[in-house]
Amino acid sequence: MTEDTMSLFEETALNAKNKRVQGLYRTLFMLMTLLLITPVVIILATLVVKGSAVLSIDFLFTDPTDGMTAGGIFPALLGTVWLVTVALLVSVPLGVAAAIYLSEYAPDNWFTRLINLAIINLAGVPSIVHALFGVGAFVIFFGFGTSILAASLTLAIMTLPVVIVATRESLQAVPQAFREACWNMGATRWQTIRKVVLPNSISGILTGVILEVSRTTGETAPVMFTGAAFFLPFLPQSVFDQTMAMSLHLFVVSTQVPHVPEALPYGVALVLIGMVLIMNSISIAFRMYLRGKKKW
Amino acid sequence: MMNNAAQIAETTEQAQQYAIRTEKLNLWYGTFQALYDVDFNIRQGMITSLIGPSGCGKSTYLRSVNRINERLGYVRIEGNIDVFGQNIYDPSVELVQVRKQIGMVFQRPNPLPISIRDNILFGHKLHSGGRASRSEQDGIVEDALRQVLLWDKVKDRLNRKATELSLEEQQKLCIARLLPVKPRVLLMDEPCSALDPKGTAAVEELIWELRGKYSILIVTHNMAQARRASEECIFMLMGKVVEHATTDQLFVSPQSQQTADYIEGRYG
Repeated sequence: MTEDTMSLFEETALNAKNKRVQGLYRTLFMLMTLLLITPVVIILATLVVKGSAVLSIDFLFTDPTDGMTAGGIFPALLGTVWLVTVALLVSVPLGVAAAIYLSEYAPDNWFTRLINLAIINLAGVPSIVHALFGVGAFVIFFGFGTSILAASLTLAIMTLPVVIVATRESLQAVPQAFREACWNMGATRWQTIRKVVLPNSISGILTGVILEVSRTTGETAPVMFTGAAFFLPFLPQSVFDQTMAMSLHLFVVSTQVPHVPEALPYGVALVLIGMVLIMNSISIAFRMYLRGKKKW
Repeated sequence: MMNNAAQIAETTEQAQQYAIRTEKLNLWYGTFQALYDVDFNIRQGMITSLIGPSGCGKSTYLRSVNRINERLGYVRIEGNIDVFGQNIYDPSVELVQVRKQIGMVFQRPNPLPISIRDNILFGHKLHSGGRASRSEQDGIVEDALRQVLLWDKVKDRLNRKATELSLEEQQKLCIARLLPVKPRVLLMDEPCSALDPKGTAAVEELIWELRGKYSILIVTHNMAQARRASEECIFMLMGKVVEHATTDQLFVSPQSQQTADYIEGRYG
């Protein structure tokens, strides 16, 4: 009797084998994960080690000098801010409005499904194709020339599908019961959207937008054909001027200009990646703040 | 069921006693017919319960009365539903007014994720254009919460989120927020099925309190509840009305064998 109760909870040979196999897979998956973050760590470490020497307030706020082999990056930094801001001013209202229509108003028929398919495909178009489209449409056809406007519109088209998808997902995360509650009190669709759906999805929408900012910041191909210049001796005065941009500047100082001190391109890259990381951190912090406020 | 002669003999005065008159209502979901010639009148100021096994069409009927069914594009409706003498399916009827006059309470409490106070004022703001002074609003909130027997419990936390309340309190709040727009009919779709027995008793007590002020139509699976908390009772089966009588009569001496079988628990 005692022997029986003992053996009831003893490890069998099969248990031991299963445990070994499970341990093996656990280790395998952990190694894969470590492998994944290794490049990130190496990239960041290299940039900090090699680039931090040139970093200073002056570096951020002065012009490049000596044929871009010395001085700062101010025109490129400012240019990127211009490009991203104008692109967002176009893509966010357009994308959010389209997402609201698709999620809250549009009936589920072949036409809406076609639009959805188009949006998904648009998101998969390579950036160089967007760039060439931008040249054809905005630079030549609309006659904006190579300018901030043309480059920003190109970026806007590129970011549009992501803004739409992110917005639509946050709208659809709002429980249907809230909408029904409103409709059954006699609220119109718009009153429902305005008073209940948007306030409860705004955190997701803003997160999507901020993540888009960080992606747009690094784009090179779409801007180099449509509005970003190799080097400009002056700052842009309006959206019809050309501008320098961080991403293109990094490409130029690392490959196109001779006798650049080694630290300079690393410094530019460090600032660029720093901008992106700061954006992402703001986005994550913001999302945590807004999530903490809502409860259901 | 009344015969034709009796229907014709009905005077206008009698007609006014009815909150909802349903005539030959047929409803299809695509090709599936969910309601067959549904024909009954709901008395004003009374609690009427709709009982029947799952899929008998009771919820479908309820949803036809405030026209939420039509949101599904594949629903086709024939026949009339008159609410206080007006056919709500008439093209001249404004849907927003239908929803205002006919409030709906759902199976699962669905308070909005805003404060208790704002939940109560939500419908009122929609229908008044939002013009009410702070003291008027306070009055509306207190009055609605008193009617649902919730005032004493929540008066000190009106600015807390409604979603923090217990399910029973949430369901009471969902009833309360319909009241400021002064609906004439309240539809309740299994309002207690998400609640525990204590919550069920409390909400039933509340529904009984509202009797007389509103015409209440309540769909329930729970026969004990229909018996306790309604004055008239309608038994439906397979999309048809089998029996409509006072609750006592229906449960004590059902006229139809099908009703008798159902209330004795032989199916459903």
